[in-house]
Amino acid sequence: MPKPKIGIYWCASCGGCEEAVVDLAEDILGVVEKVDIMFWPCAMDFKKADVEAMPDKSLVATLLNGAIRSSEQEEMAHMLRRKSKYMIAYGSCACTGGIPALANQFPREQILRYVYEESPTTVNEAKTRPQLKFAEAGREVTLPELRNVVRSLDQVVDVDYYIPGCPPTPKITKAAIGALLEGRMPPKGSVLSPDVALCEECSRRDSKPTNVAFTEFKRTHQKHLDPQLCFLAQGVICMGAATRQGCGAQCPSGNMPCTGCFGGTDRVKDQGAKALSSFCANIAAKEADEIDQTLKGIPDPVGTFYRYGLAKSLLRRKAGLPMSNGK
Amino acid sequence: MYIPKKHEPVRIGFYICHCGVNIASMVDVKEVAKYVGTLPNVVVSRDYKYMCSDPGQEMIQQDIIENRLNRVVVAACSPMLHEQTFRKATEKAGINPFFFQMVNIREHDAWVHTDRLEATRKAMALARAAIQRVPLHKPLEVKKVAVHPNVLIVGGGIAGIHAALVLANAGKRVYLVERDPTIGGHMAKFDKTFPTLDCAMCVLSPKMAAVGSHPNITLWTYSEVAKVDGYVGNYKVVVRRKPRYVLEDLCTGCQECVEACVYKEPKFRDEFNLGLGKRKPIRLPFPQAIPPVTLIDPETCIELKSGKCKKTCLEACGDRKAIDFKQQEELREILVGTIIVATGYQIFDAKRTPYYGYGVYPNVYNALEVERLINASGPTNGELVMRNGQVPKKVAVIHCVGSRDENTNRWCSRVCCLYSLKLAHLIHERTNAEIVNFYIDMRTPGKGMEEFYNRLSEEGMMLVRGKVADVYPDPTDGTTGRLIVQAEDTLMSRILKIPVDMVVLSVGLEPHPDSDKIRRLFNMSCSSEGWFLERHPKLAPVSTFTDGIFLAGCCQGPKDIPDSVAQAGAAAAECFSLIDKGHIEQEPNTAFVVEKECSGCKSCIPLCPYTAISLLEDKKKAYINEALCKGCGTCVASCPSGSIVQNLFEDAEVFSEIEGLLAPVPV
Ligand SMILES: Cc1cc2nc3c(=O)[nH]c(=O)nc-3n(C[C@H](O)[C@H](O)[C@H](O)COP(=O)(O)OP(=O)(O)OC[C@H]3O[C@@H](n4cnc5c(N)ncnc54)[C@H](O)[C@@H]3O)c2cc1C
Ligand code: SF4
Ligand code: SF4
Ligand code: SF4
Ligand code: SF4
Repeated sequence: MPKPKIGIYWCASCGGCEEAVVDLAEDILGVVEKVDIMFWPCAMDFKKADVEAMPDKSLVATLLNGAIRSSEQEEMAHMLRRKSKYMIAYGSCACTGGIPALANQFPREQILRYVYEESPTTVNEAKTRPQLKFAEAGREVTLPELRNVVRSLDQVVDVDYYIPGCPPTPKITKAAIGALLEGRMPPKGSVLSPDVALCEECSRRDSKPTNVAFTEFKRTHQKHLDPQLCFLAQGVICMGAATRQGCGAQCPSGNMPCTGCFGGTDRVKDQGAKALSSFCANIAAKEADEIDQTLKGIPDPVGTFYRYGLAKSLLRRKAGLPMSNGK
Repeated sequence: MYIPKKHEPVRIGFYICHCGVNIASMVDVKEVAKYVGTLPNVVVSRDYKYMCSDPGQEMIQQDIIENRLNRVVVAACSPMLHEQTFRKATEKAGINPFFFQMVNIREHDAWVHTDRLEATRKAMALARAAIQRVPLHKPLEVKKVAVHPNVLIVGGGIAGIHAALVLANAGKRVYLVERDPTIGGHMAKFDKTFPTLDCAMCVLSPKMAAVGSHPNITLWTYSEVAKVDGYVGNYKVVVRRKPRYVLEDLCTGCQECVEACVYKEPKFRDEFNLGLGKRKPIRLPFPQAIPPVTLIDPETCIELKSGKCKKTCLEACGDRKAIDFKQQEELREILVGTIIVATGYQIFDAKRTPYYGYGVYPNVYNALEVERLINASGPTNGELVMRNGQVPKKVAVIHCVGSRDENTNRWCSRVCCLYSLKLAHLIHERTNAEIVNFYIDMRTPGKGMEEFYNRLSEEGMMLVRGKVADVYPDPTDGTTGRLIVQAEDTLMSRILKIPVDMVVLSVGLEPHPDSDKIRRLFNMSCSSEGWFLERHPKLAPVSTFTDGIFLAGCCQGPKDIPDSVAQAGAAAAECFSLIDKGHIEQEPNTAFVVEKECSGCKSCIPLCPYTAISLLEDKKKAYINEALCKGCGTCVASCPSGSIVQNLFEDAEVFSEIEGLLAPVPV
């Protein structure tokens, strides 16, 4: 019997998710035994043309990580969608935009100008910018276009399943691949991690006071963190209550608060807004200026509450930013 | 009763009300009905002059039967007014009443707009929002909760006393909690009362005594409510009883202890007489105090301060053994179904209007002090002698002190004009002094009040219309403390400078400084001034926004004794109505935690304004006590994992409502 074929691809991502697949350690061999990896540009030498040549739907699944920012990523997502029976968004960036989507706070022009002209380590007197086309000595090379905004995978193509995490843990990756191979996939659109918030599996939960009544917020570098006490009891923002579980509470176990990478639960349309409304409602101060004082401890609310989810949030991007091709 | 079958098509009936011309003059109701008729699931769409009338309701019921409607939307006035009417109408026709949705196009639309086209568009958008939400409605059930028959009354002024007697006489058990060592409130300090000029204690003391001896009343004076938990019908209340150091059930009120105290003469500031007299560490606040039990002030009692007193009081008490220096504060827990708050008011502190010299010139008094001075049981046994030992020959009474003033209190305290006239009359009667009343406006509304004013003004007191600008010592007088009152007589347009021996400041009424604390304790609202807020100024004047908690007397706003008593009766009747019915019906728009989804993060628990949420310790999941939940939605919005659902306001319902609201309309 021929082994099921799968593809692994990356778009706007840091490479951590590729690492996560490798992190399956010896289990990766087990996976390789059971499937044929037909496409994995990061690790194996297959070409785009090879996949294009395959009949549609000949891959059982593609695990695609990374957000969609460029025309090339868009094109690859569409192509792999055609070739795969299941399109799986792998990791926070593909699921909800991830860290790259924080760029949606700024216009593309501002980003390019900063990166190619203004950043302290850049010397570019000619103000050269990357071109979409460049011809020299009769040869023309092209570069993909950077779209106006960063999108999650499902804002570009139809997605069947989501494996969340920045990066996803080996455990949920293995479970997902196992389910795929055994054909026990849940309903389309499911996020393949338990639909209950992280606090439930966090060992610090019992130490969370019923009334946290925040008087100040501290960031992790501003405080000596207690290794057992709920971070909220220490005045440190932890996104656990607004984040779905599945990671095994690895950040709190490593004495770092949850930053929310698994995204919200299914019931929540906007993880950041939920976290915000919960934290703000629990601030002790009742007067406007005292509240402002407390909130000074959160200098970057978007980066704190929407670290992984800006693209998929209700706001999606800074007001007034244009979309590319109406997208 | 109609129970929807799965996949059964939704059939909506839509009705828009003209409300005479209230709505129809600003909203094109025909156009709205026509538009809604084109929306998905809408089977009938009609307009009618008065939807709430019998024919209007019958029209809905007939349509439900003839057109097999399973959802009803009425666009009319505020649901506060007629939601129940239409719910009942739909229920009568066999549909669960929660398949009905009301759209407010009167208060929220017709009445607040001036552009007919825009108002019509808004009505369409609001109607569409409801049309999009009703298909998602679920049948809900109204739950019944039993009402505990006991009543708590907080505050033993005339209002609290009256309410307690009404209820106790009808056989209800009443707990009356009073902060002071005696009941009676302000009225117990007065000499006579307007407009009848009958003696205050003559009418009050029999009622006080009745409270003290009533088998159905548990009277806890020198006590305060420390904690209130629960909900209408089932309030759990903790009362803190401060130690009197005299045991109530053993003390006979003989006051031999007072007589025997090592302090031969009264030496300390007498609170009941506002510091105009002196008392001993052990004392009875005033002769008719209820309960007639003495108490010891730990601040001044030698034994309580140092343990080194001869304890002659204890000796005098003898075998009665009523004095107990070791008495401790006690906490009592009671269960009641309803609560009446009757905590009254405090007088305005005249030091806040320094130009009147109160607290600076000894001959300036506030009105309550004068009540004590002319009271037969007061510090001067009813003789009006001033601090300098003299009887005044000329007295100025200044109205509106602290009231109707941007810089102090903006409101009219309602009783000051009348008690000023009363005091003017009484002072004149006792001393034959010449009286000048300075008023801004003479306000004498109410039965018999204008007549009272006419009668008294004929007695020959001088009435000056004008605000007093200044009170200062008469430079020509060295010793008696004579004062000059300077005012503009606005009727004669001249400046007056009148020398007087005594100035009486008719101070206004204001909320207690701890009213915010009390408000929180009982979950009430306050007006911006700090008076406790009634649920509706006309239609629910003694109810609060918390079911089962009622208001009586001046804690709701300044008023005279007749009105305080009337309110107390009304509040007692409201309690009755709940007790007699035996149960309350609960709006089912409550929230519930979906247990398997809850992470036990506890974020919701402190946020509930009704303390309805707790943590199930065994399961580590949040739990909402349905009987306590008022459906405010706070927890729903704040649960970071979206694990709380509110009936009638499920996320899906709210989101489709928003989508409906934002969809474009055709005009
Ligand atoms: C100088 C003056 C003269 C007046 N003369 C007249 C008059 O002649 N005729 C007339 O009709 N009206 C008169 N009034 C108005 C009259 O005083 C009020 O209408 C009446 O006293 C209101 O009664 P009440 O029970 O609401 O409040 P109060 O008399 O203030 O009684 C409230 C009671 O509640 C107690 N209390 C307060 N807080 C708490 C708490 N947290 N817990 C427990 N107990 C608490 C207080 O100790 C007090 O005993 C006069 C007012 C003033 C200031
Ligand atoms: S808030 Fe964070 S630290 Fe606290 S219990 Fe939840 S996950 Fe653990
Ligand atoms: S604890 Fe939070 S941030 Fe850390 S891995 Fe888990 S979900 Fe991600
Ligand atoms: S909706 Fe939630 S917060 Fe509001 S009363 Fe109910 S339980 Fe309390
Ligand atoms: S906020 Fe939500 S998840 Fe947290 S305890 Fe309450 S119901 Fe449970």
